[in-house]
Formats: sequence, structure tokens, C-alpha cells
Amino acid sequence: MKLYDGGKIITGLVIFVGLMLSPFILGMAKPGEKPDPKTDTPEIQEMEEKDRKCVEPKEFMRTSHMVFIDSWRDQALRDGDRVYENSEGKEIDISLQNTCMKCHSNKKKFCDECHNYMAVKPYCWDCHIVPEEKEGGV
Amino acid sequence: MGLGFSLVAVLTLVLIALGGVGGANLQYLFGVIIPYAAIATFIVGFTLKVLGWAKVPVPFRIPTTSGQMKSFPWINHDKFDNPDTTGQVVGRMLLEVLLFRSLFRNTKTELRDGPRLAYGSDKWLWLAGLAFHWSFLVIVLRHLRFFFADVPVLVQAIEGLDGFLQVGAPLLYITDVVIISAVTYLFIRRVIIPQVRYISLPADYFPLFLILGIAITGVLMRYFIRIHVVGIKELAMGLVTLKPVVPEGIGVLFYIHMFIVSTLRMYFPFSKLMHMGGVFLSPTRNLANNNRRQRHENPWNYDVKVHTYEAYEDEFREKMKESGLPVEKE
Repeated sequence: MKLYDGGKIITGLVIFVGLMLSPFILGMAKPGEKPDPKTDTPEIQEMEEKDRKCVEPKEFMRTSHMVFIDSWRDQALRDGDRVYENSEGKEIDISLQNTCMKCHSNKKKFCDECHNYMAVKPYCWDCHIVPEEKEGGV
Repeated sequence: MGLGFSLVAVLTLVLIALGGVGGANLQYLFGVIIPYAAIATFIVGFTLKVLGWAKVPVPFRIPTTSGQMKSFPWINHDKFDNPDTTGQVVGRMLLEVLLFRSLFRNTKTELRDGPRLAYGSDKWLWLAGLAFHWSFLVIVLRHLRFFFADVPVLVQAIEGLDGFLQVGAPLLYITDVVIISAVTYLFIRRVIIPQVRYISLPADYFPLFLILGIAITGVLMRYFIRIHVVGIKELAMGLVTLKPVVPEGIGVLFYIHMFIVSTLRMYFPFSKLMHMGGVFLSPTRNLANNNRRQRHENPWNYDVKVHTYEAYEDEFREKMKESGLPVEKE
């Protein structure tokens, strides 16, 4: 098999294949660990079994909490309305610090666990004060 | 015809993934086996195609260029349109690959009353093409966050810039808007310009619809019908570490997205999409126009048996002298 300008073309192909396989090569070298967000803070454990749930179902919060919290932000700060009625008809105080973080007092082991894994940097804490770690903190 | 056929083909692909995962629960097939097959087809097919091109001899520097070639010192040499050295060729290639310079010269032709033929500048194709390709690149690079345990700083920086408008949550990516607008424009252009429509084949519509399908399913997953994104990274990391896992609770939309992406990858080496590799091997772009300074031998020339005048004279010198013919060497 005779190649014309074979040296240059093979070099290009090696670079191409290397780039395409780089996730495999680097992934094998450093597979990483899958995140395990913890919901075992003292506040949650003190609750009674039947109250031990988020303001909306877990499945919804897992995929859509960012949209949900964003709509809370708009409702509270732009419309000045701090009362949210959830899907069960319960009225809830709209507040990141006093509602969300009251139970999830473990930002590092709850929020950051997945956010770091996904390399997502939400800008919640540009305005809000980062809460003190209570459980499983550093 | 090509339009309808391609649209039906892409919609069928969507339905296959929908039925396969939503109906028959073939998560492992659509999440692991097909993606592996697709990446293998893509890399092997791409390599073989380029090697096939490499076997084709390039006999001559093709001097069809649109600038003054290097000549006398007092004539301005157009370095990037008619390069003379490897460095200038690299410059022309970079401008071509990164900025689509030759497409920038695109003109439109109109038959006006008279009848009179009129030519005019037409930059929209160049603009939409450039916008589409660059957003696609940024989107591919952004997706690397699913494939690295420690996401590279460069990928994070690109993502930060792309979401820099800080609209909504999850942040709106500029490239998502740009790619859908650009591909839609390219599609509409193909359909409404009669001459372009006339030469459009299924091979033109099909990749366009595939890419549009990929972009739409991606946008749906991010902004509208959200899916379990951490599960997707677990799946992706499983693929690249060769320990495939199929986490529970990933929406069917993801498998549709993945299936169209896999189709695109498998289709890639056999289609016009190979211009990705082909642009680097275009003889009109990657060769310096130095025909007048350097001899380029045609590689398929067979050995021609020649009899030079010198050898002729050596052979017949005595006879030539006898009959009084002049000779060069006594």
C-alpha cells in the first residue's frame, strides 16, 4: 500500500484517533466515584417518619430542583410573595435558607456532591450566605 | 422526495428508540451496545476513508487560486490565496478550517430583466455555516463534562462562557439557540431557493434532520422535559471506563438523543460529513503553488526508455564524421 504524503496524513489520523479516544484513556486512568448525596442530617432524623419528605416529590426535585428554586426566587423577590402551595396543598415559606437548608443543613454532602460531579456551579451563593455545615461536614 | 424520505427516516429512528426503550425496555441495547458500535464504526470508518484518500496520487500542484502567485519582487504576492511556502499553506488552511474563507466568497446569481445576468455578494450561507459549525464544536466540547471524572478547566471555561447570559436555571446556553437557528436557516434556504432545492438529495436532508433532531432532543432534556442528569453521567462514565452500567430512572428522551447521535456517528464515514477530514486533504487548499520553482513528478509515470542525443552521437560518431556531419564532441 503506497501512501502519498503518508507521514503527514498518519500524524493527522493519530491526533484524531487520540482525541476521540481521550475520554476512554483518561477515564480508565481516573474513573472517579459516583455521587452519593446524604439526607441524614440531624434535622431530618429528628423528624417523624411521615414528615420526612421534601416540599415536592423526590423524583421531581432530582431532575427539576433548579427550575423550582429559580421560580421560588422570582416569586419571592420579584413578586414579593413568599407563600408556596405544594402539590399536596400545604403552604410553605419560600426561603432557601429557612426552608431548603433547614433540613439539608449539609451543603457539602448534599448540594455539592452532585454539583461537583457534574461540574455545575450554581450561583445561589453569590447572594446567599453559605450555611454552616452540621452533619458530615469537612 | 429527498426531503420527505429523510424526514420519515429520522422520525422512524426516534420511534425505534422510543419503542425500544419505552416499550421493550432495551436500555442496555440503546445505552451501551449501540453507542459502542457507533464509536467503533466512526473511528474505524473515518480512518479507512482517510487512508483510502491517502492512496490517491496527487500528480500536480493545482494552481486554481484567486490571487497573484509569487513572481517578480515588484509584483505583490497574495500569500494566503496563492501560497508559496508551507507556512503560507498552513495560514490558508487555518483560515479555511476556522473561518470558512472560501465560502466567504459565495455569490448569488440572478437573471434580471433584459435579460441580464447579475451577480451579488451572499454572506448568509457563510454566516449560518460558521455559526452552526462553531456552536456544534462548543456543544461537543461542553458534553465532555459527562466523560471526565475531573472536568477539564477548558471545558468548564467554555461552559461558563456559553451560559454567560445567566438566563434561567439551568442556564441558557447561547450555542443552543445559535445551532437551532442556524440549522433551521440552512434547511429553509435549501428548500426555498429553487436551484438549491433542485440539487438537494436525501444525503443533504438526512444529516440536517439528524442534527436538528439531536439539537431538539438535547434542548428538550435541558430546558423542558428534564431527565436524571447524574444518572446520565454514571452511564457515560461506565462507557468510557469499559464498565458499562445502566442506571435506573433515566428518561426515554435521553435514549432517543443517544440513538440519533449514534446514527450520526455510524453514518458519518459513509457520507458527505467526511468533509471534516476531507478539508485537510483538499489539493486545492493544502498544496503550495510552486510549480514553476519545483519539479513535481507524476507518480504514475512508468519508466520511459529514452535515447538522448548524447548517447546517439556516441553510437554514431564515427559514421557521422565520415559523412561530414558536425558533432558536438570530437
